[in-house]
Amino acid sequence: MDPYLSILILFLFAAIVTGGLMFLSQLLNPKKKGTDKTPYESGIQPVGNPRTRFAVKFYLPAMLFILFDVEVVFLYPWAVIFRDFVRSGLGAFIFVEMVIFLGVLVVGLLYIYGRRALDWD
Amino acid sequence: MQQLADKLIQHCALLQGLPHELTYLLVEIVFGSLMLMLFVAPFAGIISWVERRVAARMMDRIGPNRVGPQGFLQWLADGVKSLLKEDIVPSSADSFLFRLAPYLVFAGMFMAFVSIPFTSRVIIADLNVGIFYIIAVTSLVVIGILMSGWASNNKFSLLGGMRSAAQIISYEIPAGLAILVVVLMSGSLSLQEIIKAQGAHPWNWFIFDNPFSFCSFFILFISSLAEGNRTPFDIPEAESELVSGYSTEYSGMRFVFFYFEEWANLYLIAAVGVTLFFGGWQIPPSVREWAVGVHFVLPHILEFATFFIKAMSLVFVIIWIRWTLPRLRVDQLMAMCWQYLIPLGFVMVLGTATWIVLFPQGVPLVRYVLFSGTLGLFGYFFYRVVFHLRYTKAELQFNPFV
Repeated sequence: MDPYLSILILFLFAAIVTGGLMFLSQLLNPKKKGTDKTPYESGIQPVGNPRTRFAVKFYLPAMLFILFDVEVVFLYPWAVIFRDFVRSGLGAFIFVEMVIFLGVLVVGLLYIYGRRALDWD
Repeated sequence: MQQLADKLIQHCALLQGLPHELTYLLVEIVFGSLMLMLFVAPFAGIISWVERRVAARMMDRIGPNRVGPQGFLQWLADGVKSLLKEDIVPSSADSFLFRLAPYLVFAGMFMAFVSIPFTSRVIIADLNVGIFYIIAVTSLVVIGILMSGWASNNKFSLLGGMRSAAQIISYEIPAGLAILVVVLMSGSLSLQEIIKAQGAHPWNWFIFDNPFSFCSFFILFISSLAEGNRTPFDIPEAESELVSGYSTEYSGMRFVFFYFEEWANLYLIAAVGVTLFFGGWQIPPSVREWAVGVHFVLPHILEFATFFIKAMSLVFVIIWIRWTLPRLRVDQLMAMCWQYLIPLGFVMVLGTATWIVLFPQGVPLVRYVLFSGTLGLFGYFFYRVVFHLRYTKAELQFNPFV
């Protein structure tokens, strides 16, 4: 059987369980109409709108993550066949190839450090 | 699971009439539901009690001890209480996203259990991309957390969600690099294959394979802590500054889903660590032969016990860290990841690759040295603990029934 089917089944199962629990909770819990349901802000009325602009520094790690995580993903197929290549005597070849790839990555990382993109303040 | 289903079909006459695909489906559903009901949910509950008790002992107090023997049923009481709580959605919140977020967080955690092995046979689906699948599917949690932070329309939630997203995605890179080291050594992404590539004896585990894999374990462990929002990386829900972070506005069952995820995630972190570096369910071949001779279920019980004890030791270490270390500041957290762990991770990948090219068969001496060095470190640690206990009244710490 396709092992990926079990992922789908478990996903549906998790959905059913959580949905069922929520349904049970909705049946049992008290529902107070008319009470003030403002967001919590230490007991006072909220000041201003939280959905204003937030610091750009949260955006930088996200962008860098995409770059580096995709590079790391590229390394996985290499890692899987690495042993086979070493066994067939081509270890040095596949190793040097990946050192070149990693070298390019490290240059990128050094550039990021140089531009101080990762300094939080 | 396929083998189990085949065995069932052989032994059960009723199932032979059904199409095989349907039997597999039934086995899958039954096993999945059993795992959620009998393993994940009670584990998350009981570990919440364990954590509170351990925390209490570390703070020199007693902890929950009213519900059931020694407070053991506290988690059930908490669950029932949450079930009966009002489900509050703030009036200014984005209602749809607010309601959806806990499900995503829960699904991201629970679906990772699909490829977590329990014994050599018992695994829901031994995917050939196993470990990669776990990395991918746990990313759902980030989306859920970001969603809850945004939808709550609360400043604390928004800040918590943003911090959490920045932290989790940053620490995914060193975690990926550390896992890459294991993939290099085992040549497979399937969790069962990775375990089979290791041995039952500690010096055959991947963590003691070479100095680079030894360091990789710590990189993975630190990154997992950060990805699970555990102290010392719990700034997304830092109580002293952000109330409760992204879960500030949640109450009742939705709040439980967030915390369910957090505690079940403890097992996930530990299980991945045990699988990749500590030999998983491997038991020595001589023990296995003896167990097979006694009863065919016994080796599975032994394997499960081995895996579970290793995982629980790691879980205990995680809890212990939580009550020992103070939390990091945001800038320290980011510096830790981008300036130390990621370069270190690259060095470990290159080092392991070099090691494999130079010594394709491994170096037994290095394994023994690393293993005995670790043992020595543990020995010294316990010696110091005993040394300090001589000067403290250790009655409360060692009496389990207070």
